[in-house]
Amino acid sequence: MGRILLVCRLAVRDVRSHVAQALLLIVAIAAATATLTMALALNGVTSRPYQQTRAATMGPDVVAYTQSSSQAEVLTHARGVTAHSGPYPMVYAVLHFRGITAGAEVQGRSQALVVVDQPKSTSGSWVRPGGVVIERTFAEALGATVGSKITVAGRPFTVDGIAVTAAIAPYPNICYSGCDVPATLHDQGIGAKQIGLIWTTEADAIKLASTVGPVNNYVLNLKLRDPALAPAFASRYDTGTPTSPILNTWQDLSSSYGLLVQDEQTVLVPGALLLGLLAIASVAVLVGSRLAEYTRRVGLLKAVGASPSLVAATFLTENLVLALVAAAVGLVTGWFIAPLLTSPGAAVVGAASPPSLTPLMVVGVVAMALVVALASTLVPALRAARTSTVSALADAARPPKRRGRLVGISSRLPVPGLFGLRLVARRPRRAMMSAASIAVAATGIVTVLAFHANVATQFGGEHSGHLGNPVVTRDGQMLFVVTVTLVTLAVLTVIFTAWATVLDAKRASAVIRALGATPRQVREGLVTAQVLSALPGAILGVPLGIGLFKLASKGVSGLPSALWLTLTILGILLVVAALTGIPARFGTRRPVAEMLQAEAT
Amino acid sequence: MKEIGKALLRAVGLRKEYGNGEGLVRAVDGVDLQVPRGETLAIMGPSGCGKSTLLHLLGGLDRPSAGELWLGDRRIDRLSERGLAQLRRREVGFVFQAFHLMDELTAQENVELPVLLAGRSPREARRRARHLLDQVGLADRASHLPSALSGGQRQRVAIARALANDPQLVLADEPTGNLDSGATLEVLRLFESLRNAGLTLVVVTHDERIAATADRLISMRDGAFVDETRLVGGTGGNLGSLAGLGAD
Repeated sequence: MGRILLVCRLAVRDVRSHVAQALLLIVAIAAATATLTMALALNGVTSRPYQQTRAATMGPDVVAYTQSSSQAEVLTHARGVTAHSGPYPMVYAVLHFRGITAGAEVQGRSQALVVVDQPKSTSGSWVRPGGVVIERTFAEALGATVGSKITVAGRPFTVDGIAVTAAIAPYPNICYSGCDVPATLHDQGIGAKQIGLIWTTEADAIKLASTVGPVNNYVLNLKLRDPALAPAFASRYDTGTPTSPILNTWQDLSSSYGLLVQDEQTVLVPGALLLGLLAIASVAVLVGSRLAEYTRRVGLLKAVGASPSLVAATFLTENLVLALVAAAVGLVTGWFIAPLLTSPGAAVVGAASPPSLTPLMVVGVVAMALVVALASTLVPALRAARTSTVSALADAARPPKRRGRLVGISSRLPVPGLFGLRLVARRPRRAMMSAASIAVAATGIVTVLAFHANVATQFGGEHSGHLGNPVVTRDGQMLFVVTVTLVTLAVLTVIFTAWATVLDAKRASAVIRALGATPRQVREGLVTAQVLSALPGAILGVPLGIGLFKLASKGVSGLPSALWLTLTILGILLVVAALTGIPARFGTRRPVAEMLQAEAT
Repeated sequence: MKEIGKALLRAVGLRKEYGNGEGLVRAVDGVDLQVPRGETLAIMGPSGCGKSTLLHLLGGLDRPSAGELWLGDRRIDRLSERGLAQLRRREVGFVFQAFHLMDELTAQENVELPVLLAGRSPREARRRARHLLDQVGLADRASHLPSALSGGQRQRVAIARALANDPQLVLADEPTGNLDSGATLEVLRLFESLRNAGLTLVVVTHDERIAATADRLISMRDGAFVDETRLVGGTGGNLGSLAGLGAD
């Protein structure tokens, strides 16, 4: 008990005397755990809004796309069917609105209200002759409101209403289970992701069919006696042959509403892992910068009788407790931010389920925090425990590494290059940590560039005009937030590393200045050291970013240009140089004599 | 008998102050000094009397609060940081009590460093370093790291480094402070040879035996000079006994 108390007391005293470093450690780990919390909190959040929408619109259990009305007739009398609406004629047509060209899946509906799939108007009224009702996410992407004038297949229509439905996946995922996009749309450069749903009267839909070709399908909405048996019903009638009807169950539709969130998770999960790696680098640099001071503390503890295990326990307790605090901060932050990401969008009514903190989620987040803390502190803790008392007391600083070949190469360089390269050679582990953190940040930036290049290729066709895509917009925002977090943490790591390098190089800087190097040459040398460490990381970030994007997007159709990638690498190096310049200036401000005397004592 | 020429180093009313108000400390308090070319000057005094601070001012490692400082015909107390760096690179060599060698560089690489800083080629730096290490008797230790050298050997490497760019003036701050008797004797022998070669040497020490080997001895107390003694130049080949370090 006494030992535990002593370990805790020593850990607390150390944290209290290094509050800033403790806070930085918490920030680094909390950024990673908050992102992981958000990613985990997104599971199932769209199921409640879908159920609410399904109830409000009397959503069908099965939606059938038949090739003829007679095929539909068979289904309406099938065993287990208790109610139906339709069959409604459906045609694909080109829609124009304020310079935007998009595809429309036009469903011809009766003006009378029905008991299965009656879309719920969120503004305006239900279908009237000469008017259309637009599905809400599609209307938002178009920028159309009630009263807007649109053209469908060359015929003018007035937007009479905006509505939501639970019978079809919302724009832009209307074709998530496949669409037979006709040539008239293809010819206009309209792909499956640029098609939205509109409703007209049945008569108007048939008129449109006479303009653009035959009716593509008939839509039949079915209610079953047992909604849970919808998949079995669908597989019985949807045999996959070219002539069989296509049947979508409410379970399929519910999961299609989660597509938006799945994309967010695709961004957040790798983002959390990258932040975790970055946090390891940040914490390792933080711990490393205090190692000399810590070694002396170990010497003092051992001199008064502390055992190696007590020394290691003190060090680990301190960092693991801080990691637990960071995990708690991350859980709370992620839990508060998650509702902002889980807004169900315009396609449904009702709010997203509040994110819940399940025990598994808490365990996952805490485990991540502990892994980050252990990965960066276990080796120094064990090394400190094994250090002999005398050498720990005498150890003013870790002896620098010698890299003979690099020293030889540096002799041929101008003074900043000579000093910079030798500083890198002195602390290869720190240089590796710096390169790793820059590689992670560069990976994030390149992923964002690849995402935008892909968006430009996939959605930037001349015929799509300015048609918005809510999934792409939300993915872009999510990616941006994760990348900003990554870059912020990388900036912090660069600053830690720069400070650690400046502090570690105090003696070398003072000696080289005493031998005739100017403060400017020393500053440039310190900046060179950081830039040299960052360079491999920045270059490595390019293939890693492209690879990560390819992996997450399951196939990529656009890559950032070589110019953008080159500018990214140069930009990163410039930022590193600028960030190092500040501590380097502080490090060379003191007179040489003062620095030499401080290092001699 | 070596020839002592006109003043190489001159200080007029040199002052260095730290703090202000009641906390004001005058580390160097109005020092006037002339060091002729080729002279070996020893400055003695108890710890904290300001002798190291004075040495730092003389070598441009720190700036005086007041007074003038001349090296040859050039006033150096008003030089920019860049100018002072050039001065340290080309005209002044330093030997420190704590050696201040780069731990990760070999003896040879440590000596090469000032030559490379002066912009000379790596080959020239290598040649110069080998020559100097040979002169200080460490040719066979050239590839050793400082951690593999004794204290005396480290200080000899530091002396070779101080001479790397043929400075006019060598400033030594307690050069034997961290050495045992044998190593002290090695360093004194080296200084003796520098002195005989006509190099101007200013040595700060609190060890009377070291001071006794100089041409002139100045005693310092509370930042000011309190006494000056001209000594018999050279040791007449009796360095060891003169320094009280046993038979030569």
